[in-house]
Amino acid sequence: MDLRVRALETILVDKGYIESAALDRIVELYETKIGPHIGAQIIAKAWSDPAFCRSLLEDASKAAGTLAEVARVGEHLIAVENTAQVHNMVVCTLCSCYPTDVLGLPPTWYKSFAYRSRAVKDPRSVLADFGVALPAETEIRVWDSTAETRYIVVPMRPAGTDGWSEAQLAALITRDCMIGAGVPKKPSEVA
Amino acid sequence: MDGVHDMGGMDGFGKVEPEPNEPVFHQRWEGRVLAMSRALGVFRAWTIDTSRYAIEKMTPSFYLGRSYYEKWFERNQSLLIERGLIDADEVKAGHALRPGKKYDRGPFTLADVDRVTKRGSFYRPAQGPARFKIGDRVRTKNIHPQSHTRLPRYARGHVGVIERIHGTHAFPDSVTIGKGDDPQWLYTVKFDAQELWGADADPKLKVSIEAFEPYLEHA
Repeated sequence: MDLRVRALETILVDKGYIESAALDRIVELYETKIGPHIGAQIIAKAWSDPAFCRSLLEDASKAAGTLAEVARVGEHLIAVENTAQVHNMVVCTLCSCYPTDVLGLPPTWYKSFAYRSRAVKDPRSVLADFGVALPAETEIRVWDSTAETRYIVVPMRPAGTDGWSEAQLAALITRDCMIGAGVPKKPSEVA
Repeated sequence: MDGVHDMGGMDGFGKVEPEPNEPVFHQRWEGRVLAMSRALGVFRAWTIDTSRYAIEKMTPSFYLGRSYYEKWFERNQSLLIERGLIDADEVKAGHALRPGKKYDRGPFTLADVDRVTKRGSFYRPAQGPARFKIGDRVRTKNIHPQSHTRLPRYARGHVGVIERIHGTHAFPDSVTIGKGDDPQWLYTVKFDAQELWGADADPKLKVSIEAFEPYLEHA
């Protein structure tokens, strides 16, 4: 594959369509700048600031855009909140739609046939693959991203984090818990 | 189209296997393919919907047998040839054999990177008022177009409830058959799992899709 990809890039550069330096920059951005730490900052803010949390649930693109450090969040972002009663989970059964602006590029498992096929039919067994067991009475709500709207899950704030700073809270917030395939780390896991 | 890409509810794909500390790209070329895909978007030679449709049209054995970025690569290369931006003999030669076409939006340079690493808007002006309101019971249509659609098979012909209204968006089913954006109201429609999967389904499971208005009728 490597040779074929290099050949195509050479053709596109030769023909004056693209600059290789621009491709370098895109790769670098996704490897170093655009990743789940952005989502974690947003969720940590939502856990710390009820007014921000309300705005986030109202219009996530707009609310996230007000945070200086994550101001590059684009359109159609929607935040859905986990509660003791409802656990949210996000999937794209048709392709790989993912809230890239706030979580970076999707992990391989999110794009896998196993996740895409099972998440809408048997999400509890999918959660079991991640080592997560929810009480049987917890409602599971699966959001299939079949259009250009993009979903991020606001997980429940773990107990024992009273008084924590946003930076401390962000360390508990994993990529998987913002997709709904996991839960945040416990305070004891980061101490 | 009723393709193998439409995977919701299929059995037999096994366990989900998260990879601890997964790198963003496993191979250098994967990053180049991703970056090329983003860069080529600005030429507007194809839309996000056309590019999805191109992957859906791959044969099932190819779709299932190739990795994610392999499919992206094949998609990019074949769409570039199809749109006359490059030629098959150039692919064979591994370098350009003739100058590129002039594009007012190109070339794609460093200055353009910001535009393709933040999502744009798919909102388009409404063609009419919304037919449904929050709380309405709707039935998804039983449609099987040969062309691209974003109504998954598992959610066709079922009754759900309108939960959110997202404004009017470009309509993928029209875009991919050359009928332009044809903006349509977009709704979140929520279903009980038992409506979708039968009496044995998890009674505490709800599933929603994002449904364009032409997919829906009053229930």
